[in-house]
Amino acid sequence: MRAFSAIVTREVALALRGGGDVLTLVLFFIITGAIVPFAVGPDKALLATIAPGIIWIAAFLAMLLGLDRLFRPDHEDGTLILLRHADLPLSAIIAAKVIAHWLLTALPLILASPILAVLLAMDLSSFWRMLLSLLLGTPALAAFGAIGAAVTVAIRRGGLIAPILIAPLSMPVLIFGTGAISATQSNAALLFLAALSLMAIALAPFAAALAISSAED
Amino acid sequence: MTQRQAYPSLVLHAQGLACGRGGLPLADDMSFAVQGGTCLLLRGPNGTGKTTLLLTLAGIVAPLAGSFAIEGADPEAGPLLHYCGHRNATKPRLSVAENLGFWAAVNGATGDAVEDALDRVGLGDLAMLDAGYLSAGQSRRLALARLPVTHRPVWLLDEPTAALDTEGHQLVTDLIDGHLDAGGIAIAATHDPITLPDAARMETTAPGKAV
Repeated sequence: MRAFSAIVTREVALALRGGGDVLTLVLFFIITGAIVPFAVGPDKALLATIAPGIIWIAAFLAMLLGLDRLFRPDHEDGTLILLRHADLPLSAIIAAKVIAHWLLTALPLILASPILAVLLAMDLSSFWRMLLSLLLGTPALAAFGAIGAAVTVAIRRGGLIAPILIAPLSMPVLIFGTGAISATQSNAALLFLAALSLMAIALAPFAAALAISSAED
Repeated sequence: MTQRQAYPSLVLHAQGLACGRGGLPLADDMSFAVQGGTCLLLRGPNGTGKTTLLLTLAGIVAPLAGSFAIEGADPEAGPLLHYCGHRNATKPRLSVAENLGFWAAVNGATGDAVEDALDRVGLGDLAMLDAGYLSAGQSRRLALARLPVTHRPVWLLDEPTAALDTEGHQLVTDLIDGHLDAGGIAIAATHDPITLPDAARMETTAPGKAV
């Protein structure tokens, strides 16, 4: 348990000292949402209709942006090789890194989402549903992202390939995520989101560990 | 020196081991047995498979043929080996003490305390400095400080003396000697001569292809 928390703490400390990694993601998230009113026009009714989709697209893209940070620095400085001889199994180490990844990419977006809600003229009840859907759905995005990042870790410029790999996996998250924000059948969609996240978090560490162990060979 | 814990008597056996990278065989038909308390030095020119052999023994690269095993180990004992490669695995934005403390937490703090290990490798005064400011030799010392922090019976060292000064060479010799005193096994690939006080504890082999 000490090793597990040491990994989470280290990831968070590295990102916070990294100078603006987290802030970049948040600004990207807000800008992606903020350009929409300029592109489609300031029609309040239209904006409110497409707002769930816009917010999920912005969150998805912003989380893709942070993927390359997950394993690549550790691969390049040799940390990943040493982590394979740690007291913890590699899959547990990756689970810790996925948790840290969620704390560093998804949580700041969720905290910044009220700004987008205002820009996109959301009403209060859909705002609460949006918060809930982001909370339940982003863990799945983080877990799928870890698989993509692990598969491409040994490929130079692999950071560009990982998003393409995980896009199909992430489609259900986007479908149920936007479904959960729109007013009808929001509960069923939320349950699906939660199920997706649980499944992804349970399986992703093992898949990513397998990918990393075979990466060096 | 500070290692009091003695390891169970281990033997690292390799039988007809062949290894290579990217489909290219580098060294073949290696058979050796390293007893606890001895150090095997891998010598030879660049590109003859010294690093690959260490990576193979570390379980990171699959052997092309043959097998190896660490005999006499308690299967419940957890990871047995330290791998110390070319890359130092230090994070420039964490301080020296934080870097080492992280590895103590992840590998298990079964050996020296972090401060003692830093003193031993000569970085005691720099504990609060960001590791990004260390010179190449100092980074190497920080990487070596991982060895005494966690007790592991098998050390795989790839160019442990790279970038180190004369005093650093002595440090590596002392670390290995203390490790052998405790009954550990060390396998080191090196171009620099490493001379242990007791020459009987050293064996030398040169990986390569049989002609």
